[in-house]
Amino acid sequence: MNREVLEILEKDAKVTLKQISAMTGLSVAQVRKTIEEAEKNRVIVKYKTVINWDKLEDERVRALIEVKIQPQKDVGFDAIAERIYRFSEAHSVYLVSGPYDLAVFVVAKTEHDVSKFVSEKLAALESVQGTVTHFFLKPYKEDGEVLEGQEKVRRQPLTL
Amino acid sequence: MSARRPQGRSQRGRARISQRVGELSPSGIRKFFDMLATMEDVISLGVGEPDFATPWHISEAGISGIEKGYTMYTSNRGMLELRQELSRNLSARYGLTYDPDSEILVTVGVSEGLDLAMRAIINPKDEVISPEPTYVAYEPSTLLAGGRFVPVPTTVENNFRVKAADIEKRITGRTKAILLGYPNNPTGAVMEKADLEEIAELAQRHDLVMISDEIYDQLVYGVKHVCIASLPEMKERTIFLGGFSKAYAMTGWRIGYAAASEEIIEAMTKIHQYTMMCVPIMAQMAAIEALKSGEAAVKEMVADYDRRRRVMVKGLNAIGLSCFEPKGAFYAFPSVAVTGLSSEEFAEKLLIEERVAVVPGVAFGGSGEGYVRCCYATALDEIREALRRMRRFVQRHKS
Repeated sequence: MNREVLEILEKDAKVTLKQISAMTGLSVAQVRKTIEEAEKNRVIVKYKTVINWDKLEDERVRALIEVKIQPQKDVGFDAIAERIYRFSEAHSVYLVSGPYDLAVFVVAKTEHDVSKFVSEKLAALESVQGTVTHFFLKPYKEDGEVLEGQEKVRRQPLTL
Repeated sequence: MSARRPQGRSQRGRARISQRVGELSPSGIRKFFDMLATMEDVISLGVGEPDFATPWHISEAGISGIEKGYTMYTSNRGMLELRQELSRNLSARYGLTYDPDSEILVTVGVSEGLDLAMRAIINPKDEVISPEPTYVAYEPSTLLAGGRFVPVPTTVENNFRVKAADIEKRITGRTKAILLGYPNNPTGAVMEKADLEEIAELAQRHDLVMISDEIYDQLVYGVKHVCIASLPEMKERTIFLGGFSKAYAMTGWRIGYAAASEEIIEAMTKIHQYTMMCVPIMAQMAAIEALKSGEAAVKEMVADYDRRRRVMVKGLNAIGLSCFEPKGAFYAFPSVAVTGLSSEEFAEKLLIEERVAVVPGVAFGGSGEGYVRCCYATALDEIREALRRMRRFVQRHKS
């Protein structure tokens, strides 16, 4: 699988087949084949957009919830994680090393929604031993993109 | 300057400016600077530097140096740790062994290194042979050292590579050095090993100094750069001039280095200690970090340049500005013959009519006439837009 095509798409999903072909020197057909294959194998999972909702002052709350798990007989972390990530509030879920086990990123409308999710859904699970909720106050950088305050440095227009 | 006296003359009628400097011709792009200053919405392909900021871990090393109070002079030759890292780096990349104590000098970019090299080896009227189109500072730094500059035209037929036979034709009893700058600014040409071997043989036969400007040595695409100092018997007679500006996106830090025999480095250091003292310490600290752990960032930037290079070269050829494939640096050097315009006319009209800045090839010597330099170290969107504008321009001026 051509990694360069993937690297280009990872930076900018809107780039066209023709543009990728010009950038890599591969033919348009080769690029298309690479992408189709990657989509089929779910190497490319989805094309999404990085949006800075804060700019619209939309009411949107995000939080990181540390979840401590009490492993149960015959049930590994995977099964517990699944019970958690199936909730639509759980935006991203990772098994992590350290003092807690699952990092759950939550997106919701209001703080109340987050609290409800934690107290009624997460805490209610038998294997969840405890949770710590961190509300996000201000985003600086997301998925490799600096959201705000990036001053454009101007180069001298002509240099030899 | 008084209006009563002829311009530039003092009361006694002597020229104020030295003859040597007076005779230097000003840079060929100054008028474009003035035009550009009044314009908006210009896409500039006229730059000669990366559009990346210095990788953060490198900048951070400079900043934390300042925070810790590293704000003093260093050894004239540069911090020992930096020279040690440079020695390791040159050994790893080219198998060259330079003694950090006596064979490496840290300079204010290749610019200073070149000036020091010239002043260290040139006697009045000594000749320096160098391929053309050529980087704009080569001739002036030769002249300022009292030497004579002997250009060797190169052509697109030979992919702007210089041939040993063409150099040999210009060797006289006064020839002191051959100055090479590959990957080349402005053409993007790279040399092949076989060509360099012939030139190395020439240098040995005529006992010439080889000055190798290696500033773009890490910016090559799909080929391996051969350093002439690494060829047999060449290290002793070669002055290797390297830098951080292009590969590590560190142009504003002003730091480079020279590696050569103890005799030559000693001579260059003499001039350096009286004129420059040392390179700013924060730049040296950043450079140490660059050498220690900058490789991944360089690789990533090179991969990015390579994509833009393909888009630029393909695009130029598609709109009728025929362009050979540059395999190094970050310049494309297309012919503007299809428009029937001179390189200056082309650049000036393109700037006025379509707001795209390129550098006329003639700024790099007579054999650059008929070409323009387009730098592709620019965001892809801008390259694409520049190509659209240039397409319109070429359509209109096709003769």
